[in-house]
Amino acid sequence: MSHLAQLGAAVLSLLAGTGRVVLFLLAGLHALARPPFYLRECRQALLNIGYFSLPVVGLTAFFTGAALALQIYEGGARFNAQSVVPSIVAIAIVRELGPVLGGLMVAARVASSIAAEIGTMRVTEQIDALVTLSTDPMRYLVAPRLLAAVIAVPALVAVGDAIGIMGGWLVGTSRLGVPSAAYLQATLDFLETGDVLSGLVKGAVFGLIVALMGCYHGMNSGRGAQGVGRATKSAVVSSAILVLAANYLMTEVFFSP
Amino acid sequence: MIRVEGLCKAFGDTQILDGVTLDVSTGESCVIIGGSGTGKSVLLKCILGLVRPDAGAVLLDGKTFTREGREAFLNRFGMLFQGAALFDSLPIWENVAFRLLRGPLRRPRSEAREIAIEKLRRVGLSPDIADLYPAELSGGMQKRAGLARAIAADPEILFFDEPTTGLDPIMAGVINDLIRGIVSEMGVTALTITHDMGSVRAIADRVALLHAGTMRWRGTVAEMDATADPYVTQFIQGRADGPISALR
Repeated sequence: MSHLAQLGAAVLSLLAGTGRVVLFLLAGLHALARPPFYLRECRQALLNIGYFSLPVVGLTAFFTGAALALQIYEGGARFNAQSVVPSIVAIAIVRELGPVLGGLMVAARVASSIAAEIGTMRVTEQIDALVTLSTDPMRYLVAPRLLAAVIAVPALVAVGDAIGIMGGWLVGTSRLGVPSAAYLQATLDFLETGDVLSGLVKGAVFGLIVALMGCYHGMNSGRGAQGVGRATKSAVVSSAILVLAANYLMTEVFFSP
Repeated sequence: MIRVEGLCKAFGDTQILDGVTLDVSTGESCVIIGGSGTGKSVLLKCILGLVRPDAGAVLLDGKTFTREGREAFLNRFGMLFQGAALFDSLPIWENVAFRLLRGPLRRPRSEAREIAIEKLRRVGLSPDIADLYPAELSGGMQKRAGLARAIAADPEILFFDEPTTGLDPIMAGVINDLIRGIVSEMGVTALTITHDMGSVRAIADRVALLHAGTMRWRGTVAEMDATADPYVTQFIQGRADGPISALR
């Protein structure tokens, strides 16, 4: 009976937590839709989320594309299908690995940073100070980060896609002996607009998830260094899991047979 | 001007405020004293709407606080936080001019900066620190910058949350003198919470002792010194023995 009660309590806690996150998201979107708009904060958030994440997303995409080319070549050799390297690298990067790995890297870098920053503001009364200065924290802190992430992460995914394909091209041409022009032509021939767009839509959703989790856990941070640490950890873990779950759901929607 | 009626607040099974009633008249400096953990900060946050009370009401100029009324109140209001609560990501002058850079009191940046520097001077800080960040200042300088921020928009009401906590006696004296000077000079209504008796004597027109969730005693500083109330005498003399339990 106690196990059943524990299970029930866990389910109720999960549902209550989900409800709180949904309400927080709605409050964030409401804040986003109504003035005042804090453009300076939006610009700063765009820089932090987008521009400063470029190196980590670019390097991840590059090495993933390069490794993928080797793997597909090696695997394809078992049934004489080495020629599919460019097309499979392109499709895998653009549809799946670019958005997912980009989303996960942004989750690690950005969700943690947002949660730690807002959590520290919470425990040092900076958020209370915002309220006393007639400034709504949802509008000043949350809305700019949500907007910036929804804009910046698809852009990061697009850049990551290009760099990932370049990683595959570099290995394909330098290590596997594929002619450069043939590699690029095969890539272009097999890629469709829908492949690229689906990746960008995924990027926007992942951006929303990452910023939402960072802001939610930061705003609800517990007291002291331990509270901020826990909020940061929760933001990274929950955003990574939600990115993977949302990726599966969107893949079902976009590509289910 | 500010009236608190029967305010109650509990966290879990712990009753923090149990029917607190308080009046602060226009232009008066009221100081709430009480031991650590007696709910002074919770009372302040309930008045500001940062914490929702379980029961009771806060009235401003005789009117109950509504959402719109609270926004209007905050536009006339400034607060010095216990840890100054300066925004880490902004330089000092932007902290001070925060309200002047956005919202209904918005001014051009250059004008807001000039006002910020003037307010920094008012609290004894050099304009040289205007472009520094809060982390580059000492605790006392941060408190003074926080005070400059509180008075930047010339508020009618000022709240001070433990203004001298964590400061050495000399800096505490400087802050107390600044608060007294600003309150008198600007003619503002001030509400301070503290357990520093030096602050009480420097700042207060009236004193209220919060104990066990209620206002145990109220009076002027002279009445406080003359009272035989065992709670007040124990508190101002700092004795461990008496009706206020040392174990909380």
